[in-house]
Amino acid sequence: MSVLSMQQVGITLGGRSVLDDISLHIEQGEFVSILGPSGAGKSTIFRLLTGALRHDRGTITCDGLPLDQSPHGFAFMPQRDALMPWRRILDNVTLGLEVRGMPRKVARAQVLPLLAEFGLSGFERHYPAQLSGGMRQRAALLRTIVQARPVQLLDEPFGALDALTRTQMQTWFEARWQAARWTTLLVTHDVREAVALSDRIYVLSPRPARVIAEIQVPDARPRLGRPASADAHALEAHLLDILLNRTGDQS
Amino acid sequence: MQHLVPRRPGGGLARGIPAVLSVASTFVIWEIYVRLSGISPLVLPAPSRVLEQMVLNSALLWDNTLPTVKATLAGFALSLTIAFALSIALDFMPRIRRALFPIFVVSQTLPLVAIAPLVVLWFGFELTPKILLVALVTFFPMLVALVDGYESTDEEIQALLRSMGASRATVFRAARLPSAMPYFFAGLRISVTYAVVAAIFAEYVGARAGLGIVILNAKNSFRPDLVLAAVVISSALTLFLFAMTALLQKLVLGWRDAGGGQ
Repeated sequence: MSVLSMQQVGITLGGRSVLDDISLHIEQGEFVSILGPSGAGKSTIFRLLTGALRHDRGTITCDGLPLDQSPHGFAFMPQRDALMPWRRILDNVTLGLEVRGMPRKVARAQVLPLLAEFGLSGFERHYPAQLSGGMRQRAALLRTIVQARPVQLLDEPFGALDALTRTQMQTWFEARWQAARWTTLLVTHDVREAVALSDRIYVLSPRPARVIAEIQVPDARPRLGRPASADAHALEAHLLDILLNRTGDQS
Repeated sequence: MQHLVPRRPGGGLARGIPAVLSVASTFVIWEIYVRLSGISPLVLPAPSRVLEQMVLNSALLWDNTLPTVKATLAGFALSLTIAFALSIALDFMPRIRRALFPIFVVSQTLPLVAIAPLVVLWFGFELTPKILLVALVTFFPMLVALVDGYESTDEEIQALLRSMGASRATVFRAARLPSAMPYFFAGLRISVTYAVVAAIFAEYVGARAGLGIVILNAKNSFRPDLVLAAVVISSALTLFLFAMTALLQKLVLGWRDAGGGQ
């Protein structure tokens, strides 16, 4: 049974159809990317899953249950890190646990041993403004992971970083993901990132969005930190071709 | 150039020097002018004479400072409570906000000269009308600052909290309230400078004791030196309250000083 399944999901916002026909699924331990042109409605899918919006058509199930009966299936990581500037790093990371009602002390004790793995040890008492962009992003990711939800939703998590930091973060993330196998749904418009990190990629059309391609990425991991394989290059070219020629993206 | 300006230990004191110099030189020039021109102390008393009167009348001034301090603190406490309670109510009920906000704005358009005697007429010569007038004058900047502050909350942080299953109350407590704090302190600094002046004005209109009464009596008996003595105390009170808010801000908004870099 899929951890997450969307069947012919559609939504109309303000009289305009944003999502036309989205069908996708994610299996346990799988890394799936949604690739699409800017403004295609990728983030709208996440807003449906986090309960910020309700879909008009189709069905969404999480662990076999309809979405409204399993409201806590997803841990969400927004585009910018959304760290609270007035909370120390440790207290930012425990936010999701505290919201769920866990006492702060217990939450801290649970999170502290994980800081090293995320390159944050020694910085737990720092405020977000004192950290580099890469560290902030790792803190935001840790805040997502510690919620221990079935699916991680990552909304262009490396998009705001400079090119060098982004490459470092992707490589670090791949290693972490290989060790932990979080079930992950990534939204991105970066073809290289999608090919490097995903097991499968869904390609969206421009608005109103529909799935126009589903592509397996068979390459062996780890893929980053060494020259990309010929297959990966071919796949990137193929995806770019779909995005540029079949989606008619005007931007 | 940065290294020429010491920013940490000692920096605060060093930066205070120009302010102290400018204030001191104002008094020196004033003193010199009064002595050289031979102007009557009934028109313009020298700073030294004002100081002298403060010492000579210290008992009178002290007895009348206490009621003013009481009215200021009680009025400001009331104002702070009302501003916070209202801001929360308005934040949770946007309809009420649209209904009531015009009333608050109108309350700030009332000329104090007209309203103060009426409040004294309604509530008597005791503490109550002073408390009410201080509250009326000071609650608005804080209320506006809080309401604007809640609105300034980062939408992404709120969406994140909701995705974690946070209720409206949790979003308020965890995100909207802390986001409003820098705004609140901006409003608080404005409000606090009005508080003492409002209390004195309320006393001036009708009271048994207070700095306002000292000023009224001194004016009526042609004693500008005593008027200015009361003014010195009033300024000192406001400066003290201002310093307290600065201290409180440092405690509450400590995270902002952490700043960039390590």
